[in-house]
Parts: sequence; C-alpha cells; structure tokens
Amino acid sequence: MSAEDTPKDYSESPINLEYFYTAGSATTRFLNQVKEGNIVGQACPKCKAVYVPPRGSCPRCGVATDIEVPLTDKGCIESFTVVHIPIPGNPIVPPYVCAMIRLDGANISFLHLIQEVDIEQIRIGMRIQAVWKPKEEWTHSLENIKWFAPIDEPDIDVATLRFQEL
Amino acid sequence: MKKVAIIGYAQHPILKNAGALNEVELIMPVVHQLFDDLGIGQKDIDFTCSGSCDYLQGAAFAFVEGLSAIQTNPPIKESHVEMDAAWAMYESMLKIQMGDAQTALIYGFGKSSPGDLNAIISLQMDPYYISPLWPDRVSLAALQARVLLDQNIITKEQMLTTVVEARANSKNNRNALITDLINESDYFSHAMISSPLNNLDCPPISDGSSAMIIASEEKAYEFTDQPIWIEGIDHRIESSNLGARDLSTSATLQASINQLDLENIKFDIAELHTQFSHEVPFLKSLLNLQDVPTNLSGGPLIGNVMMCAGLDAIGKTYESLKDNQLKHGLAHATSGPCLQHNMLVHLETQK
Repeated sequence: MSAEDTPKDYSESPINLEYFYTAGSATTRFLNQVKEGNIVGQACPKCKAVYVPPRGSCPRCGVATDIEVPLTDKGCIESFTVVHIPIPGNPIVPPYVCAMIRLDGANISFLHLIQEVDIEQIRIGMRIQAVWKPKEEWTHSLENIKWFAPIDEPDIDVATLRFQEL
Repeated sequence: MKKVAIIGYAQHPILKNAGALNEVELIMPVVHQLFDDLGIGQKDIDFTCSGSCDYLQGAAFAFVEGLSAIQTNPPIKESHVEMDAAWAMYESMLKIQMGDAQTALIYGFGKSSPGDLNAIISLQMDPYYISPLWPDRVSLAALQARVLLDQNIITKEQMLTTVVEARANSKNNRNALITDLINESDYFSHAMISSPLNNLDCPPISDGSSAMIIASEEKAYEFTDQPIWIEGIDHRIESSNLGARDLSTSATLQASINQLDLENIKFDIAELHTQFSHEVPFLKSLLNLQDVPTNLSGGPLIGNVMMCAGLDAIGKTYESLKDNQLKHGLAHATSGPCLQHNMLVHLETQK
C-alpha cells in the first residue's frame, strides 16, 4: 500500500477571521475611566440597578443605562472557586481563587482573582478591596487591578444583596 | 389561515461604519421608536424573534446579547433565526398561526464593518465537506450574472439601469446610505470586482438594525387604524449544491408564485431583496413585475444591512402601501448564494 492509498483519519484545516472589535459606546466610557483608575458603573433610569462593568443597557428594562455612578474599589465575595487545573496560556500557577466580586453599590458582580490570603480562609461575604498595578501600567482594562485582597471589615450577608424584584 | 397584519416597522439609519455603537446600542433605538409610535411596550408582545448572524460579531451565541436591548423582565417568550430577520417574521407568523401568540416583535441587526464580509458569509453559507472552499459572495453572484447575460435573460444595460435607478430612488429613503447619483460613463468606468460585476453592481458594506411588529386580526386594530395584511407568504429553497442548480431560472420560486397565485394579482409596488444589480431584471422577469414599480426605496444597492435587508424589503413594502394608499404589494427576501432561498410575501391593504 503506497502512502497515497493510506486512508486518512482526519484532516486539519485551520480557519481564521479577523475583526475590528468595538466595545460599544457605554463600555467605552467605562474603560476610559478604568484607564484613570476609576470604576464608574451605570444605572438604569427605570429600575435603578447599577451595572459594572456596564454593557450599555438594562437587560431587565431594555433601556440605555445613561446614569454614571462612581463606585469604590471595595466590595465583597459573592461566590468563588479554587482552580486546581492549569489553563494553557494562563501564567497564574494553580491553585488560585477566582471570585465573583460585588462592589459596594453595584447590583451585579464580575470575575476577578483573590490573592494575599490563605485559600482556606476565603468565604462568601468576605470584604475585599482592589490591589492596583502601578499607575504607569494602567490601560483600558480591568487588568489594571492585579487582584482583590481581604480587608479588615465584618463579612456581609450576601442574601441582603439579592436583586429587588421590579 | 388566520389573518395576520403588520402594524409597525422601524429602521435605523444605515451606516457605513457604526463605530463604537455595538449591536445592542443599534437595536434599542428602533425597538423604542416602534413602541413609542404605537404607544405600546414589551408587555403587549406575546412573542419576540430576532434574526442575526453570530459570524458577523465573531462570537458564539452573540445573538443572546442582543436581548439586552429589550425588556426581558418579567420573562418573555423568544426565539432567534441565524438568518435574515425576514425569517424571524416567518417564524412569528407561524407562532400566531399556531395560536401561541397574538402579537410578535421582530428585530434584525448586523454590523458588516468590523470584519471581512466575504470571508464571513462564506463561512456561514458554504456547505463544505472537508475544509472551507472560501467562495466569496460576490464571485458566486457573478457566476449567476454571467449565466443570465450569456443566455440573454438579462442585459448589461438592465444592470446599468438598475444601479442608476437605485441611487435615484434613494431620495425616497431617509435611511439610505448611498445617495450620490451616477451616470452611464461613471458606471462603465468602474473596474470589475468579479466580472461581470463591478463595485456599483454590489451592495455597500452596511451597519444597522430594523424592527417590526405583527399582530393577529383580533389585536391589530387595538394598536393601529392602518394594519397591512399578510395575505400570502411562501419560502422555498434551491439545492445547496450549486452545481446541481440551473442558475438561469428558479423552479422553487415558480412553485411559490403558483402557491400564492401571484399571476392573478395586480401589484402596485414590489420591494426585492436584490443585493446585486443583475438580480433585479432577473427576478422582475420571473415574478412578472415588468410594469410594477420596484425597489422605490432604492433597495439593498443603496444600503444593505446583513440579516435586516430582507425584513427591510417587507417593511418598505408595508410603508409604501400605508403611506400611498395602495392595494397590493409584493416583498421578497433571500438567503444563500445566487438567490438560493426565496421568500415571497403578499401584502394587502383592506378598507
């Protein structure tokens, strides 16, 4: 049997599409503030829910979130997981903690890292604050925050953070 | 069949490049405009259906994000087609026929500016077997144009006339993207992209969105004095194997014509989802529209929002009938290479 006759089990045919991605005008306003070290959420004019990071609309009400709401970089852990498996391309060495961060005054949470604490001590409701990179490294990204670290404040009962029904 | 009417339609101004506006920010204004025009809200909508293409955004399930543009609390019944929103309208029509809804909101959106549209549509449409063949939409259209010219079914002069008229008709369309007029020498001085098509024969890269509301007979008059009735709707598909098709005609379109009994209707206007100039004389001939004013909105050649332009053909037919007190309109939507899918919609005004 010659090489040409050998049945082929599979064939690789990588495809590639290039895009010029835009964040949207609302997220652009947010990222411009992040570049300056500020976290500015956006509120729904109808239900008053505060979104961070904002995507430009309130998915509950279907209206633009055009009210800017400056927020602190403090909040609490809404939920977390300990990652034990290395992810290709990710420079962080396991085990490490990914958490849903609920900033004070916000109605939604976002993912970020928790560091500077024993993993066993991390718990839902724990108070945390952003640890920023040096100012000269700031870009249009939430990666300006290296991670969140615990602060010496009493835990929050996350049940009190639930969305109020309209 | 239950009677269903179009009761509203809104279109975002067609943009060459929407820039920082994302899809949600494109959809919200048209949906709000439609609601405000009719004095209603999402609570009055039983079923919501959108049409878009995730490849355009370059993200899996990108269409889900589009739902952030409408109110989804309390929870809504919704669906999506990975097609032009004309098919979202078709699905909504079926929902009403089945008795599951009395009213439906349809919206479509597309930004072609961020990527290479030819490559994107190729990946969406190409029924490849081992690896992508990458035929681009313009070259595929050119194959059909060549067949039609070669068999004297259409002429190069008809293509020229189509391009000139589309631009002249753009004055009727406040949302048109291309409004500058051209003459014969302009047309023939343009270099070919894929012969026999030059870039004036092809639609512009466009960003935008559109929305429509349809309602059952019971509900239509609650919201408007001027419903326009969907008297007939038919969608058929040619083979996905281009080599198995006769590109000089369309057996499936002929079947739709017979199904809707179009031979016996005197149409006042028609809006065709014709993205390339040769498709206008071809479809006018197949649909027997030689004496019917066609694409008075300018059609896709003066603004072609992907996944909206088919819905826009239906919407523009609706607007034309409503604004000019006309009786019968024919709208056409297409998908796939070389007019593979064709949907015909017969709209009628009734006193």
